[in-house]
Amino acid sequence: MAKIITSANFESEIGQAKTPVLVDFWATWCGPCQRQGIILEDMVKDGFPIAKIDVDAEPELARRFRVMSIPTLIVFKDGQEVKRLVGLHNRTQLEEALAQA
Amino acid sequence: MENLVIIGSGPAGISAALYAARAGLSPVVLTQGPGALGKAGQIDNYYGAPLTGPALHAAGEEQARALGVRILETQAVGVVGFDTYTVRAVSGDFDTIAVLLATGAKRAAPTIPGLKELEGAGVSYCAVCDAFFYRGKPVAVLGSGDFALHEADELAPLAGSVTILTNGEPEAFTKPCPYPIDRRPISALVGDKALAGVQFADGGLLLANGLFVALGTAGSAEIARQTGAELGADGSVVVDAAMQTTLPGLYAAGDCTGGLKQIAKAVHEGTQAGLSAIQYIRDYRKTHPDL
Repeated sequence: MAKIITSANFESEIGQAKTPVLVDFWATWCGPCQRQGIILEDMVKDGFPIAKIDVDAEPELARRFRVMSIPTLIVFKDGQEVKRLVGLHNRTQLEEALAQA
Repeated sequence: MENLVIIGSGPAGISAALYAARAGLSPVVLTQGPGALGKAGQIDNYYGAPLTGPALHAAGEEQARALGVRILETQAVGVVGFDTYTVRAVSGDFDTIAVLLATGAKRAAPTIPGLKELEGAGVSYCAVCDAFFYRGKPVAVLGSGDFALHEADELAPLAGSVTILTNGEPEAFTKPCPYPIDRRPISALVGDKALAGVQFADGGLLLANGLFVALGTAGSAEIARQTGAELGADGSVVVDAAMQTTLPGLYAAGDCTGGLKQIAKAVHEGTQAGLSAIQYIRDYRKTHPDL
């Protein structure tokens, strides 16, 4: 399972992460997000650093990172956004985004 | 519950319908007419059928009807679902086990400065996905047909206001549009990090935090995108050798998958998609005997 991020653990899990993390902003009612979730869970199994933010549960985080379309995938490095992908992306594209960070 | 809903009655859609009907399924074809084939004159490069495009299209529909295929004149505006699907059409919804996207390809969208740059920052292609982010805010829908109206309906309960922008195109709504319509041609989208408004050619500005793109009719690519199937870099629908998109039970065939825009290619892909869908539906019913 991808790590669930909330405003309570964002700092410790993402802000202070030593290595890049791919964060998926999603919601339960979004079809493309469900598809994206399957791709991400597959990557989690292979050890990729992936976390998820439910925009319904965490509207503050969605606002803070100006997420206006889901799925939005952001790669964070040293707590900073280094790459943003909007819309459904395949595994190759996500692996590339992480590798470039 | 339908077993196979086919969107499009061109060579890809009808070929799939023929195989599905002969396999004992009861496919339903949703069509808005002959599409690209309707514009083709005499066709001299398709095996054994030196017909005009409209004649070939009519013959295909007739052949399918003779096998019991239902062909309904209606516009599909979206597909939702994950396990089974619901095809949303102007005439109503169709619940189904499998869907084939065979709408043909669309002409390229007009290039509006700022459209590409503001994707994900106000510009969206999926109202059902993104309406949530525009609670109480002014939004606009770019389009002039039922597809645009459908997107506006998704936005209206949440957004502060919804305006339809036709960008100078003629209106093609088949039902009354309850939203304000602005018909002026658009010159650019404005906004630095996020969309702030729409600039018109006459100098006017409409304040909008969201712009939902729903041009023309909902093509296979738009429907695939909303459902969560993958699109290629050129906007074509990504399919595997079985003509299945990246979603199980959702197929695509013909011009919408990219490559050769030829009848022979569409017939081949429709045939493959039909055969794949037959197998998929049979397998699905094994685990869902009630369907």
